[in-house]
Amino acid sequence: MSKPRILIVEDEADIRRFVRMALEKEGMNLFEASTAAQARIESASRKPDLVIVDLGLPDDDGKTFIRELRAWSSAPVLVLSAREQETEKVEALDAGADDYLVKPFGVPELLARVRAQLRRAKFISPAGAASSIIKFGHVSVDVASHEVFRSGEPVHLTPIEFRLLASLIRGHGKVLTHRQLLLDVWGPGHIERPHYIRIYMANLRQKLEDDPTQPQHLITELQVGYRLAGVDVFHDGSARLTGHRT
Amino acid sequence: MRDVRPNPDDLLSLAANEAARTGRGQLKIFFGACAGVGKTYAMLQAARQRHAEGVSVGIGVVETHDRGETRSLLEGLPEIARRAVEYRGHTVHEFDLDRALVAGFQLILVDELAHANASGSRHAKRWQDVEELLAAGIDVYTSLNVQHLDSLNDIVAGIIGVRVRETVPDRIFDTAADVLLVDLPPDDLLTRLDAGKVYLPVSAKHARQNFFRKGNLIALRELALRRVADRVNTDVRSYRTYNAIHAVWPTRERLMVCVRADSAQEDLMREAARLAQRLQADWTVVHVDRPHRGQDPGTREILLHIAKAAETLGAEFVNIPGEDVAATLIDYAHARNVTKLVMAQQIQGRKRPWHMHLSERIARAKPGIGLVLLSPEPSSTARARPRHEIAPFSYMRSLGLATLVCSLTTLAASWLLRVFDLSNVVMLFLVTVVFVALRLGRVAGAWAALMSVACLDFFFVEPRLSFAVSDTQYIFTFALMLAVALVISQLAVRLRSEAIIATAGERRASAAARIARDLSGAIRTDQIASICTDTIAPLFSADVVLMLPDAADRLLIASGVGFVDVSVAQWAHDHEQPAGLGTQTLNGAQALYLPLKAPMHVRGVLVLRPKDGALPGDPDDRRLLDACCSSIALALERIHFVDVAQDTLVRMEGERLRNALLASVSHDLKTPLTAIRGLAETLEQPHSLTSTEHAELAHAIRMQAEGLQRLVTNLLDLARMQSSGVRINREWHALGEIVGSAIARFGPAFGKSRVKADLPVDLPLVEVDASLIERVLVNLLDNALKYTPADSLIRIRADASGRTMYLFVEDDGPGLPTSDVESLFAPFTRGQKESSIGGVGLGLALCRGIIAAHAGTIRAEQQSPHGARFEIRLPLGAPPEIERENTP
Repeated sequence: MSKPRILIVEDEADIRRFVRMALEKEGMNLFEASTAAQARIESASRKPDLVIVDLGLPDDDGKTFIRELRAWSSAPVLVLSAREQETEKVEALDAGADDYLVKPFGVPELLARVRAQLRRAKFISPAGAASSIIKFGHVSVDVASHEVFRSGEPVHLTPIEFRLLASLIRGHGKVLTHRQLLLDVWGPGHIERPHYIRIYMANLRQKLEDDPTQPQHLITELQVGYRLAGVDVFHDGSARLTGHRT
Repeated sequence: MRDVRPNPDDLLSLAANEAARTGRGQLKIFFGACAGVGKTYAMLQAARQRHAEGVSVGIGVVETHDRGETRSLLEGLPEIARRAVEYRGHTVHEFDLDRALVAGFQLILVDELAHANASGSRHAKRWQDVEELLAAGIDVYTSLNVQHLDSLNDIVAGIIGVRVRETVPDRIFDTAADVLLVDLPPDDLLTRLDAGKVYLPVSAKHARQNFFRKGNLIALRELALRRVADRVNTDVRSYRTYNAIHAVWPTRERLMVCVRADSAQEDLMREAARLAQRLQADWTVVHVDRPHRGQDPGTREILLHIAKAAETLGAEFVNIPGEDVAATLIDYAHARNVTKLVMAQQIQGRKRPWHMHLSERIARAKPGIGLVLLSPEPSSTARARPRHEIAPFSYMRSLGLATLVCSLTTLAASWLLRVFDLSNVVMLFLVTVVFVALRLGRVAGAWAALMSVACLDFFFVEPRLSFAVSDTQYIFTFALMLAVALVISQLAVRLRSEAIIATAGERRASAAARIARDLSGAIRTDQIASICTDTIAPLFSADVVLMLPDAADRLLIASGVGFVDVSVAQWAHDHEQPAGLGTQTLNGAQALYLPLKAPMHVRGVLVLRPKDGALPGDPDDRRLLDACCSSIALALERIHFVDVAQDTLVRMEGERLRNALLASVSHDLKTPLTAIRGLAETLEQPHSLTSTEHAELAHAIRMQAEGLQRLVTNLLDLARMQSSGVRINREWHALGEIVGSAIARFGPAFGKSRVKADLPVDLPLVEVDASLIERVLVNLLDNALKYTPADSLIRIRADASGRTMYLFVEDDGPGLPTSDVESLFAPFTRGQKESSIGGVGLGLALCRGIIAAHAGTIRAEQQSPHGARFEIRLPLGAPPEIERENTP
């Protein structure tokens, strides 16, 4: 298998350096860009498997770059942002980014996110449609037959709960914003009602998580959205446990 | 040693004059004895000279009357366009004050100071326009004839036989920076007149022969010269005062002019004004208010007129209640240190021989005060007292009632006589007289006295049913009874009238006291505004609005309804003068606008719109209103300074906090930075280190950086909350998510496993800013993890009861470091002083700020036997409706 190709778009040289060192040690191929203009050239010429984008670029808005990239590429995009930019993060995710990291971040966190995104891309892109059996933790979900099991026991989900779970499964590993989930589950009429998701997420956690206040899979990204973590997808129906998000 | 210091008060008032002059424009008056002496010409020549000196001179109004030599002087001087006003069918061109104020001239020429503006102008008189120009810092040249001076008005009228209605207050003349007498000997003037060089209005042509008689001109010239000489004398005196060259301390004269509310008192007051002016004395006009007169509307009108005239002439007007006029006047004069009493000499002769004149009575009382009797000729225009005859019907009615009462008494007496002696029945009649006098007044009382005697004689004294008296003793009885009845009835009336005065005075005094008390308790301007509308408005039966200036001195309505004309209010505020209804300025307005003058500044404008369209006419009411205004102004000023003091205090507190923050932050930032720098420099020498040491150093750097990160996050949050006034982004959140998210911030290395969350399943949503509440929890957990041993357990519990959400963060560690738990929440407090554990004492202060912004509370307490508990209370709102899905 060829080395994954990673493009990092970041204007701070030291951050580029430590990201490069960390990822190259993991056997990845790094390309650097310090401006949005450079990033457009690099992304077009290098065809990266994953792009890491800092939202605050000197010449252009990182979100614009992401939107342009999404027009022709499905490569996962990992956004770097400062904590104060909550709305920025949500906008970047709505523009097509898959995940985000808040500065300052640690190397292990970065590696985990990058690995997760690469793995997800590998599963989804070749197969096109998602497979029918999904497993995370002690839970297995048959998307086709709407059946859910926890430690082998059947779990009853309401139709909306199941639609929410299915939506999370479709975008697993990605951060799904409130807006994206509301649109997907309830339709365009409910976009301004994020409390709907909170209620139904709480229900899902009660039914599927071991400790609902410290969830392992149905993860809250406060003020941003949710993500489903630790998913295994197998086309043949067999399953394998993955490590938890760190 | 002789003390030759100038009197400080005089110096102060001189200094005030100087200051007023430097800020104000200077007024120069070209003063003449009559028309035709060349005032306008002299004024224009002086203006041209100033123009040549480079002063920007504008022509406001100059009447050339088509005289060529005058008109030629106008050439080259810019003219301010006049304002066309429709007046009684034809167009008049008036001086345009507004244009003059903005035209930007340093000096403006305004001819004929005494001119009365056409109705619809801002001010009634031109001298008021000039006042406003001066107040705006513009110099003014103007012209004035001696007959237009207020105090000389009636003298001139006596000389020339025509009274001039357009007058200028003497204070304008006295306070002018410069007065230049334009003098022309009468012979020359007459020559000019014959040569047709003097303009006369068409209407006055017929008066030419009368007016321009040589005798008149000489008299007018003398008057003008003397008035200017008086002014020069004043100038010399003030110069002497300023330079401390007077040999004797001047004893200040104070005149008191006693007026009656009936006939031509204006002439008396003019005389008195001249006297006061010559004596350099302050003067007061006093009227003694006897209650039965005060009830007469005609009298009240005259009093108001007198009050206004006194004000224009520069006197203070006082209306004091009292039954005995002489005694009241003397008392008041003593109280005010009056040196001379001025009163009119009654020349009509005695109507009632037993009645002493007031002047006589005062003289007999030997008050030790000079008594000046003036006998002004009643002038043609003086107002005669409108005779308000008491309606005959009302007399008839009270007399009829008195008769009826006496008849009833007679009936009762005839019945009582069976039991009692006649001498006792006489008492019954006396009681009747007192009763009638009390209820029906003086005349009815006297009538009842006569009736009683007559009835007694007719019905009860032998021979009955006849006025004849058999026993001569009864003559004495009747005479005595009549005398006693009359005296008692007069006493009763006086008692009642004094009670009425006392009640009216009491009403005003208690109202003033109540308002003063209310105002002294007010601590906010809206309270003052409500006192204005609730207390003051009913007192004067008017709608009252309080207007307060904003930071840019623009007036805003603080309370009340919108009948206010803001431009009038603004004028009153800017010029510190009353305006609107009943004043000389903008009197077309619906309401009276009174500036609220406090010692330091005008604090606003009180607007009064009388409900029945008429202002309180009683001078006492006006004084009460003035008192209200100054109380309000003082209250407003007090509040202003309280605000200023509070602002200063807040700023000082802010300053103190900032300094503490800087000191604390610089320590807490520099410590980890020093460590990081040292560790990194050690790492730079790779050969001297084993790989284990290398890893240890790197780990240490990371730990320091993470501590630094938490500190910076808190600092940034605090700065954000303080700068933007806590902008919180509230949404309905599940508390469980926030708690979970906060716990997830701590990795296993930070003891995440020691945190246990225990939240009920059915916890309602709360409307909060999730990231701020998360920050609170992170800070509390961070503290708990930092200050407890590695084996202690931290629990997060929540409980919704009633309208409150309770959230607890508890540990079983050593507990809180201090018994004063509240101090933990103050910024820059740390439990253990100078401990090695990093972090400014910001965490808990930030928590408190965030929770307070959510209208909640946070507090800390000790747990027994040990451990600490933090309790957060958040209000539970009404959560939004959720459409429940139909569960199959």
